Amino acid sequence: MSRLAVRKTYKLYIGGAFPRSESGRSYPVTSPKGDFLANASRASRKDARDAVSAARKAFPGWSGATAYNRGQILYRIAEMLEGRRAQFADELGLGKKAALESVDAAIDRLVWYAGWSDKIASVHGTANPVAGPYFNLSTPEPTGVVAVVAPAEPLLGLVSVVAPVIVTGNTCVVVAAERTPLPAITLAEVLATSDLPGGVVNILTGHQAELAPWLAAHMDVNALDLTGVTDPDLALRCEQEAAANLKRVVRPSGDDWAADPGTGRMTAFLETKTVWHPMGV
Amino acid sequence: MSIFEYAPAPESRDVVDLKPSYGLFVGGEFVDGSGPSFKTVNPATEETLAEVATASSDDVDRAVQAARKAFDAWSGLPGGERAKYLFRIARIIQERARELAVLESLDNGKPIREARDVDVPLVAAHFFYYAGWADKLSYAGFGPDPRPLGVAGQVIPWNFPLLMLAWKIAPALACGNTVVLKPAETTPLTALLFAEICLQAELPPGVVNIVTGAGETGAAVVAHPDVAKVAFTGSTDVGRTIARTIAGSGKKLTLELGGKAANIVFEDAALDQAVEGIVNGIFFNQGHVCCAGSRLLVQESIQDELLTMLKRRLATLRLGDPLDKNTDIGAINSAEQLARIRRLSESGEAEGAERWSPACELPERGYWFPPTLFTGVAQSHRIAREEIFGPVLSVLTFRTPAEAVEKANNTPYGLSAGIWTEKGSRILWMADKLRAGVVWANTFNRFDPASPFGGYKESGYGREGGLRGLEAYLDV
Amino acid sequence: MTTSLADVASSGATLRAFLHGLPGVDRVGADQRAAMLGSRSIKTTAKARAIDLAISMVDLTTLEGADTPGKVRALCAKALHPGEGAPRVAAVCVYPDLVPVAAQALAGSGVKVASVATAFPSGRSSLEVKVSETKLAVAAGADEIDMVIDRGAFLAGDHLKVYEEIQAVKAACGEAHLKVILETGELATYDNVRRASWLAMLAGGDFIKTSTGKVSPAATLPVTLIMLEAVRDFRDATGRQVGVKPAGGIRTTKDAIKNLVLVNETAGDDWLSPDWFRLGASSLLNDLLMQRQKLATGRYAGPDYFTLD
Repeated sequence: MSRLAVRKTYKLYIGGAFPRSESGRSYPVTSPKGDFLANASRASRKDARDAVSAARKAFPGWSGATAYNRGQILYRIAEMLEGRRAQFADELGLGKKAALESVDAAIDRLVWYAGWSDKIASVHGTANPVAGPYFNLSTPEPTGVVAVVAPAEPLLGLVSVVAPVIVTGNTCVVVAAERTPLPAITLAEVLATSDLPGGVVNILTGHQAELAPWLAAHMDVNALDLTGVTDPDLALRCEQEAAANLKRVVRPSGDDWAADPGTGRMTAFLETKTVWHPMGV
Repeated sequence: MSIFEYAPAPESRDVVDLKPSYGLFVGGEFVDGSGPSFKTVNPATEETLAEVATASSDDVDRAVQAARKAFDAWSGLPGGERAKYLFRIARIIQERARELAVLESLDNGKPIREARDVDVPLVAAHFFYYAGWADKLSYAGFGPDPRPLGVAGQVIPWNFPLLMLAWKIAPALACGNTVVLKPAETTPLTALLFAEICLQAELPPGVVNIVTGAGETGAAVVAHPDVAKVAFTGSTDVGRTIARTIAGSGKKLTLELGGKAANIVFEDAALDQAVEGIVNGIFFNQGHVCCAGSRLLVQESIQDELLTMLKRRLATLRLGDPLDKNTDIGAINSAEQLARIRRLSESGEAEGAERWSPACELPERGYWFPPTLFTGVAQSHRIAREEIFGPVLSVLTFRTPAEAVEKANNTPYGLSAGIWTEKGSRILWMADKLRAGVVWANTFNRFDPASPFGGYKESGYGREGGLRGLEAYLDV
Repeated sequence: MTTSLADVASSGATLRAFLHGLPGVDRVGADQRAAMLGSRSIKTTAKARAIDLAISMVDLTTLEGADTPGKVRALCAKALHPGEGAPRVAAVCVYPDLVPVAAQALAGSGVKVASVATAFPSGRSSLEVKVSETKLAVAAGADEIDMVIDRGAFLAGDHLKVYEEIQAVKAACGEAHLKVILETGELATYDNVRRASWLAMLAGGDFIKTSTGKVSPAATLPVTLIMLEAVRDFRDATGRQVGVKPAGGIRTTKDAIKNLVLVNETAGDDWLSPDWFRLGASSLLNDLLMQRQKLATGRYAGPDYFTLD
C-alpha cells in the first residue's frame, strides 16, 4: 500500500511567520495545463497593511546591519536555494532542463547581488570636493519600505526584483506572481531559514489588482516597484496613488531576466545622503 | 541710540537697467506673450518693477518646439563645445555679478549681502562645475555614452530665483538637453536677465527658453507631451500634483520639495557657533529656504543657556532695506507668503507655544516679518510640523540622542538636518540615523555645486549638484 | 556662580576641569562669523564716528630693541597731538626701562603709560624677575602693565602655574591695570584662546590682550571675536567686566573698524570705550588720521602730510 503524501499548505509570509490570510480566503493555483496544484492564500488589504508594518519594523535593524552581514545573508539564501534546487525545479513546472537552468540562474543572481552589499556605496557614493574647509561625503542609503509587484517569471524574476531591494538595506512587501505564487512561498521557507531577519521580506499571494493599489497608496511605503504589473490602467492608477507621499516608482519595462541586471534596480531604491563637517583645529 | 550706529550703506541700483516690460525668451528671441501681463513688485517697497508677459499654453508649446528643434544640434555637439558655452555663461555671470545681485535683491527682497556673497557666486560656480562635466560624461559611471533625455521642462521657486535656475539649467545643458524654464511669478526678472546672458554667450537659439507666468504656465510646461524630463523645485503639494499629473507618461521626474529640518544641539556643542548655525539655519534668506533648520531641538540641560544666547543674538539682527549692505533680514517675498507666515505664527500662539521676537522696527511699506522664535513647542503643534517658509523658529527639547533622532525623523519630510556636538562618534551615529538627504554637522545651510542636494520621503526625489545631479538629465 | 568660580583654581585638577568644560570653539564657524562681521559696510557718519573712537582706543606702541628716549618722546608727542581735531590716543606702550621717559612726556595729559613686563615677549624667566620687573615699571610711572603669560606652561597643561603667575603679577601691579597677553598665535587653537581668556580673567586680569606683536599670526578677527565672547560671558557669570585688546597686525582703518564692528555686535555698547577696548598698534594711527582727513576734505590724503614718529 502506497503512503499518502502530506501536502503543503501555502500560506503568506509576514514578519518571519507564515500566517493564513486574515480574510480566510484562498484561491486555487493550477498548472499551465489547468491541473489543480494547491490552494494559495488570497491576501487582503489588511494582510498588506500587516506586511507593511512588519517591513517597517524590520527596517532599522536590517538597514543598520553591516553591509558585510547583509551580503553574508544573501549568500546564505543562495546556499539554501542551491540545496533545494530539485524542489524548485519541480515547482516551476517547466521542462526539467529549463527549470533547473532557471533555478540556477536565480541562485547565481542572488550570489551576484550578495557581493554588491559592500560595494554599491563605493560605486554610487561620492567624495565631494567642495569649495571650503569641509569634509563632504555622499553615501547611498536605503529608501525604506519598498512594495514590489513581482513579475510573472516565478523564481528568477522574483529573486531579480527582491535581491536588489534588500541587499542595500531596504525591507519589502512583495506581491507574488498571481498565477504562479507557489515558488514564492517556497522561497519564503528558504528565506526563513537563511538568517534573514523576519519582516525584511514579506510575501503576499493573491490578486495583484486587489493588493497593488493599497500598497501604492500606503503612506508608510517609501517606494514602489511595478515590474509585475502588466495592465497599463492598473499601473497608471498605482503610479497616481504613489504620488500621495511621493514614493519612488519603478515603472514596468520589458525586463530580460537573463541579461546583466546592472545596478539600476539597486540605485532606484537608494537615497543619497550628503554629510558636511567643517575641518578645523 | 547705541554708541556705534551704522549709517545707511545702500548698494546702488543704477547698475540695473530695468525695462518697463518684459516678454518671453523663445528660440533665442524676446517675444510677446499671449496671456495677460502681470506686475512684478519689489517686496520691500511694493513698488512695481516691471510688467511681465504671461505665457499661454500656445506660447509654452512654441517654447517647447523651439527647444525640440534645438535639441539635435545641441546634443550632437561635442561635449567640449557645450562645455565652452557653459564656461562662457559662467564668466558672464561673474562679470555681471553686481547687476545680477542687485536685481535679485530688488525682485526677491533678499539682503544684498546674501545675493552678492551667496546666490550669485554659487550660480557662477554651478555653471563652472557642470561645464566641466559636459565632455566627461563617459567617465561618470553611466556607461560609455550616456544620452540626454530631450527637452527638459523646469519650474523653479521664488526663494533663490537665479540659483535654482542654475541648478536646473547647468546640468541639463551639460548633458545635452535643451530647456524650457518657468521662473516663479513673483521673481521672473533675473531669469530674463539670464536670457540676455545666453544671447551674449551666443548660445544657439532654442537651447534655453524662458516662459514667465503663474501656476497655469508651469502646469503647461510640465504636461507638454514633448517634454521628456520634468524638474520642479517648490512646495510638496505642487510636487505631489506634478507627480500625479505625469504618472504613466514615462517622463523622468526630479522634485525638490519642502522640509521641516531639525537642527539638533547637544549640551557639549560649540555653543557660539551653534547659535550662529541656528541663526543661519532659519533666518538666512528670511527663512525662505526649503532646507531651513526650522525646528531647533535643544538638549534640555542647556535649553535656558542656549535660549538666552540665541535671544541676545537675534537682537543684533538688522532688518530693513534689502539693498543696504548691512541688512541681515530682508523682506518677505510676497503678501501671500506673509499671510501664510502670520497665519501659522498665530496658530503657534493659539496652540500654546510662547512667541518671542526682538525689538525690531518694521518698515511701513512692503512685506515684513520680524525674526521670531517659539518656545514650549510640542511635536503636535502645527508650527512643529508644517513648513512655514519664513523667519520663524520652533524650539523643542530632547533628553537623549535617541530621542533627538526620533523627533527629528518624526515628519513626512526628509530634506536636511543639523547636528551640533563636539563628539565625533556621536556626529557619525546621528548622521547615520537621520533620514535626511543633507546632514550638516557643526554647520548649516552650506551649498556647493559639487555636493548633491535633495531629500528623502516627501521632500522629493533625485539629487541636484555633484555627480548624482547628472543622473537626472541622462537617459540612465 | 561667583562662589563656584572662586573655587575653580583650588587645584590644578579643578582648574583644568573648569577650563576644559568651557564650550568648544569650532574654527570654521568662528572664522565665518568673523568674516561676515568683517564685511559690514561702515560709511559716512558711522565711519567718522568709528575713526575717532578707534583713535581714542589706540595704545600707541613701540617695542623695539632700538627704542631710545628720543623715539619714545616723539611717540608721546604724537599721542598727545595726533592731528587737528583728532582725539588723543588711549595710551603709549613701551618697554619698562623707557617708562620714566613716557611718564614724564605724558604727565597730566590723561594719556596712559603702558609698559610691557614679565620678560616680554617670551615670558621665559622666573616669577621673581617678572614680579620685580612689574613693580619697577609701576614705580616708574606705568598706569598699565601688559604682561605675557607662560605659554609653555599653558601648553604643557600647567594651568595653575599660569594662574598663579598672573595673580602674583596682578598683586605687584597695585593700582595699575593689568593686561594679560595670551599670545594667541602660540596657543594655536581657538579652544585654547577661550581657555586662556578665562584663565586670565579668573586670575584677576583687567584686560585680555591677543598678542605681543612679535609672533604671527597676531590679532586676527576670529581670535578677537572669541575673546570678546569670553569677556561677555565672564561678566554674565561674575558681574565683573574685563577689557579686550587686540594687538599686532592691525594696520589699516578698515582693520580697526572691523574690530569695532566685532565689539559692537558681540560684547555691545558697554565695551565701546577706551576703558574697555584698546587697539595695540603703531602704524595704524596714521592710516586712521589719513582716512579722517579724507572724510573731512573729500580728497584722498597722502602720507607726506602725516608725521612719521
